[in-house]
Amino acid sequence: MKPLPQNLKYSTTHEWVRIDNEIATVGISDHAQALLGDVVFVELPEIGKTLSSGDEIAVVESVKAAADVYSPVPGQVTAVNPKLQDSPELINQDPYDQGWLFQIRLQGDLPFTLLSAEDYQALLDAE
Amino acid sequence: MGKRTELYEQHLAMGAKMVDFAGFDMPLHYGSQLEEHHQVRQAAGLFDVSHMVVVDILGTGAREYLRYILANDVDKMQHRGKALYSCMLNDQGGIIDDLIVYFLEPEHYRIVLNAGTAAKDLAWMESQVNHFALGLHRRDDLSILAAQGPKSPALLNVLDQPLFTDAVQTIKRFECLDNENFFIARTGYTGEDGFELIVRNTEVVQWWQQLCALGFKPCGLGARDTLRLEAGYNLYGQDMDETTSPWCSNLAWTVALKPENRLFIGKQALLTEKDRGVNTALVGLILETKGVLRSHQRVFLADGREGMTTSGSFSPSLGKAIALARIPKTEDSHCQVEIRDQRYPASIVKPPFISPNPLN
Repeated sequence: MKPLPQNLKYSTTHEWVRIDNEIATVGISDHAQALLGDVVFVELPEIGKTLSSGDEIAVVESVKAAADVYSPVPGQVTAVNPKLQDSPELINQDPYDQGWLFQIRLQGDLPFTLLSAEDYQALLDAE
Repeated sequence: MGKRTELYEQHLAMGAKMVDFAGFDMPLHYGSQLEEHHQVRQAAGLFDVSHMVVVDILGTGAREYLRYILANDVDKMQHRGKALYSCMLNDQGGIIDDLIVYFLEPEHYRIVLNAGTAAKDLAWMESQVNHFALGLHRRDDLSILAAQGPKSPALLNVLDQPLFTDAVQTIKRFECLDNENFFIARTGYTGEDGFELIVRNTEVVQWWQQLCALGFKPCGLGARDTLRLEAGYNLYGQDMDETTSPWCSNLAWTVALKPENRLFIGKQALLTEKDRGVNTALVGLILETKGVLRSHQRVFLADGREGMTTSGSFSPSLGKAIALARIPKTEDSHCQVEIRDQRYPASIVKPPFISPNPLN
């Protein structure tokens, strides 16, 4: 298992989020991709869509299973990762960087349920 | 904790991700299910399928018994060392299980049953013994390996065991050979050339390690599922069960209605169903857009009639989503499949989805 990047926040549903000013970049954790296995398809949100935190926003499908992705933060979708259409395996290979899913312009407060790397690690250890 | 095969420790040592399958802790994959799939299509892979159950049928009545309980006719096997795929039906013509029967000796047949159905199958088989002179022997002392892929014959041929390499060179597709130390059959569930080996539990670890050393890569049940789906092989419990007959399961070719004087369980129901007209069929679907097909998705024909996918996945060989689906009989070549409340176009094809490698 790759070490958890310290600069990211994590959700209890295994998404990660990186916040740069008002833009949040979202992906799924290394733990989540390992559980899913080989990813072969990603359904990404429409740009411009407005979300509350916890909304179902994307689907990551491996050979074996489909997993819903929930938005860890509220806001409006501004971008989706264009490489995933043809190379969904980036989610397996590089979940915290090239395998990002979408970006959101933050609106409203960050949910207090977001976890630090340390707390997310504790959650994984407890599973 | 689930049941374990003799190879459980080997799987863990090779980094397998284990899953529950029919009560057994079995390897799902050893890193990448996709790589294992391609390995079998292009080279050679090794599966532990020891969760499946070997049953020997011994006695002077074995042949007539099998002719009675199986929808296919073991009389098609003209000589020893032949194998036959068949369904075992209930009185309503529904499929209790699908199996391969091997003709070893005139008074010795061997069948291999699905793990999840073995107990039910054996209870049924016991109940049908009646006047037939035979014994059913469940062989829990044996393990099963599947060595599959186009390079399997060449790799096995270098084993330093003359009896074994003779067998590899001699037996053809759907043939088998049994001796004191191993049973080998040129059968499988991947759509590739390959062999299934049945060996003693006490020796299976040694076989496994030997075959891995020859270049067979261990493969899990994940790859086994995508391989069998591409090959158009049904999975019992998913694509067929006790409520579906061979007619609507793409298995009409396994039902031997001739000779007409052979009575077998389910025959009357099958004839009645045929007379009335079979109105559904198990077909293949290929999704025309990106996405993944899964089981239990609704299928819509142009005229509004509906069916349902029974197995679905991503085909690593085609790079597209594929499925088996039970749909109303149709001449249509296209349909729509509902995925997360949206309909997507798919083409209707006759399985298999891939053309098998030419066999020796």
